[in-house]
Amino acid sequence: MAEVYLNGRYAGTVQDAAAFAQRFVEHRRKGAMPPKVNVHLNKTGDIEVETGGGRLVRPLIVVREGKPMLTEKHVKQLQKGELNWEQLVKEGVIEYLDAGEEENALVAFTEEELSPKHTHLEITPLAIIGLCTSLVPYANFSPPARVNMGSKNQKQAVGLYVSNFHLRTDMDVNILNTPQTPLVRSIMHSISEYDKHPAGQNVVVAVMSYQGYNMEDAIVLNKSSLERGFGRSTYFRPLKAEELRYSGGLVDEIGIPDKDVKGYKSEHDYRYLEQDGIIFPEAQVKEGDIAIGKTSPPRFLSSIDQYNLSLDTRRESSVGLSHGEEGIVDLILLTENAEGNRLVKVKVRDTRLPEIGDKFTSRHGQKGVVGLIVPEADMPFSASGIIPDIIFSPHGIPSRMTISHLIEMLAGKVGALKADFVDGTIFSAEPEDRLRQELLRLGFRENGVEMMYNGHSGEAYQAKIFIGDMYYLKLKHMVANKIHARARGPIQLLTRQPTEGRAKEGGLRLGEMEKDTFVAHGASLLLKERFDSDRTVIPICEECGMVAVHDAYRNKSYCVTCGEGAQIDFIEISYAFKLIMDEMKSLCIYPKLVLKRKW
Amino acid sequence: MKLPSDLRKEYAQRLPESVIKSLEEELPDKIAQAKVEKILQRTVEEYERMLVEAGECVGLVAAESIGEPGTQMTLDTFHFAGVSEMNVTVGLPRIIEILDAKKNITTPMMEIYLKEPYSKGKDIRQKALAIKETRLGEIVKKFVINPMELRMDITLDTERLTELEMSPADLKKGLKQAFKQFNVEAEGDLVVIKGGRGKADLKDLYRVKEKLRQAFIKGVKGVKQVLPIKKGEEFIIVTAGTNLRTVLALDFVDMTRTISNDIHEVAEVLGIEAARQVIMNEVLKVIDTQGLNVDARHIMLVADTMCVLGAIKGITRYGVVQEKSSALARASFETPIRHLVRAAVIGEEDLLTSVVENVMLNQPVPVGTGLPKLVAK
Repeated sequence: MAEVYLNGRYAGTVQDAAAFAQRFVEHRRKGAMPPKVNVHLNKTGDIEVETGGGRLVRPLIVVREGKPMLTEKHVKQLQKGELNWEQLVKEGVIEYLDAGEEENALVAFTEEELSPKHTHLEITPLAIIGLCTSLVPYANFSPPARVNMGSKNQKQAVGLYVSNFHLRTDMDVNILNTPQTPLVRSIMHSISEYDKHPAGQNVVVAVMSYQGYNMEDAIVLNKSSLERGFGRSTYFRPLKAEELRYSGGLVDEIGIPDKDVKGYKSEHDYRYLEQDGIIFPEAQVKEGDIAIGKTSPPRFLSSIDQYNLSLDTRRESSVGLSHGEEGIVDLILLTENAEGNRLVKVKVRDTRLPEIGDKFTSRHGQKGVVGLIVPEADMPFSASGIIPDIIFSPHGIPSRMTISHLIEMLAGKVGALKADFVDGTIFSAEPEDRLRQELLRLGFRENGVEMMYNGHSGEAYQAKIFIGDMYYLKLKHMVANKIHARARGPIQLLTRQPTEGRAKEGGLRLGEMEKDTFVAHGASLLLKERFDSDRTVIPICEECGMVAVHDAYRNKSYCVTCGEGAQIDFIEISYAFKLIMDEMKSLCIYPKLVLKRKW
Repeated sequence: MKLPSDLRKEYAQRLPESVIKSLEEELPDKIAQAKVEKILQRTVEEYERMLVEAGECVGLVAAESIGEPGTQMTLDTFHFAGVSEMNVTVGLPRIIEILDAKKNITTPMMEIYLKEPYSKGKDIRQKALAIKETRLGEIVKKFVINPMELRMDITLDTERLTELEMSPADLKKGLKQAFKQFNVEAEGDLVVIKGGRGKADLKDLYRVKEKLRQAFIKGVKGVKQVLPIKKGEEFIIVTAGTNLRTVLALDFVDMTRTISNDIHEVAEVLGIEAARQVIMNEVLKVIDTQGLNVDARHIMLVADTMCVLGAIKGITRYGVVQEKSSALARASFETPIRHLVRAAVIGEEDLLTSVVENVMLNQPVPVGTGLPKLVAK
């Protein structure tokens, strides 16, 4: 007697659990049950039937007595287009298994290994990995961790993500100017129509070191390659302004702000604005420049009008380029938002040439940052005059064991020389020895190494250099968007400490552990200087030990509690401590400062 | 060479005894007096150069020196899957356990050194078994309760019994003492328990069954497992579970070297100095097994900090942090409001003598270059 659970709830009992499950599956294959209902005989011998959504199911070919249900006939019909997927599922040739039912199944990976014990056959070995991972060529030659990274890197690659990008106003868009389709491709490249949205370029890669500039995963780039368009991308960023409506019939106004508005910048900042207060296309803008002029009604209208004489002072609320940004105005969009307010969007474009610090990767989790850009004249060259676009460090290979990276170089070389694509689909790729034979036939060394010459001296290198063609991706992490430093700048209102983050032009925090290193070195006064960012001088009453008042106008200090007569001294402390004392006072704790002369 | 007594006397003040001893060992027998003096002077110079200078922030350096390798430790912490050998807590969990001065450690262990001839391997198995705690449940094949006659038949595992060098009669004696309300009889490998004095009923019998299972039979209480191993040239017994006080009293145990890894137990049985040494040894052991390298003096300092008060204080907000004199320093480490309020209630004064307080106020910290002060007359 076995219990039956329907979606985890007890539903009844059956005599023979295994037979019940078997019958259940048969019914489903006949079409008497929806295809995505699964049954599972669990470890305790009970039946679990699942019908709910949200389960992961995957299709497999049904196997009977060691023979797949999918026959040659089916395949021919499929090719002719007489049969489709749904029909196969309906006929019970293909069925969907969920995680539970999979536990009861024995799935053969390939047709060759089928035995009478098997219940299912994988449609293709490719099905065990996802879409992005299928784009990694020769993935079965590398550790899973690296393949994983390779597939994750491809998601960050700069490419052609949509073909109508110039009409869209997405945030943070990067478009590769001259994308190419990879020479070494997998079946997934065809299925996903990768040609229509490629994200990389085929380049010549030499595996060698170059004066230490490609240490620690860095790569060395050929300057002329960049000039020919390698890694050149365009960065788009939309700026947005809305004419919002406020209570009391007040509205924002897009236009060139008057000189008397509160927070008026300078005429120079508004110089690109046309009559309508919007910048013109193809204007070259830099940080601080205003793209959309806008004014807003004054805040706290009711409280201000009692005191403020100029009643109608509007606030400046223009939209411009923030710190460190520059570019050319690409597109101006005038429209309305959902509430019917006027909406202006200005898209700014900026061409990004690869520079030192930009991140590049192959498709094998071998990411690295540009360490040096070398003039072509100084790059090493091969006997036939081939100059690599990228020099990749050999130290990246042994510990990571990304053999697929090496095979792609070989395959890419064959592809480039033969002017043909090479199949790199996982588990069914063009075998390495065939690539080697091909290379030999094309007049090269079969292992892909070549005689190379020093770009500076022209001397031959003693070692033969492994050189080949690879598909390289430019990743969206570019230094231009990340570079940040500050000497002085904005501070927070509450703590008077520097703001945080690049967007707010913030400081770089000297944290707890960094502080410890100063203390450990005994650099006491240097430490004090580092923490001086919120230094303040405050008057302290000697009598009550609390913060006193200094009247700069009368040049007199007095204590609120002890009066004018009390002795007031000025001390220098961090504003944060003054703040914590205030907070203590709010807890009814009396933080009395007892002053002592330092000398 | 032996140093002349006048030199010895002179340098005894300036060099530690161990340095003088090793100098005596190293120096050749025939050497001019002037040369010896020169060597001694150089040694003093070197020795003084090695000493920690005034204002050196030793505590923080110790913390960094243990903390930094500790970050690497988290990544490779292993638990031995307890197949048959003993399971030992190693890596970061163990370090945390020691430094927090946890009362109940996850794997208490003893290393029992033996007196000769047992340390040479004689009767090592029997001695080990003699230490192991045996409960009745382990030597019983089955318990049968007869509700009609209100009796319980306990079938003993005779093999186990002989291994323990016991007879059913011994057992009977022990059980009679433990369960006075019952009649206990022994018949061959059967021990019969009957409800004596009329009052006992079936429920009592069931209740006593569970108690019987846990009844302590033989060995040292608390010693869950024993493992005789060879350490260098001699045999020792490693145990899981500790009971240092009882083990030290056993006649075949070398009480001068036998030790437990439970710092609280060691502090109680052998005193605070022994506990300090155990803290050091245990931390060093973990650091060694992790393949890291931390100078022993850093750990010494930590162990000293934990033990200076005569009782073990963990590096926690209830331990050494509680003992800090500065209210601000205490408040800067966990539960700030509690410390501030408490300080306010008793009117504490903070003299700003240590590092954290001065960082809070942005004043020079009194270490290193912040230590010297200008004296004006």
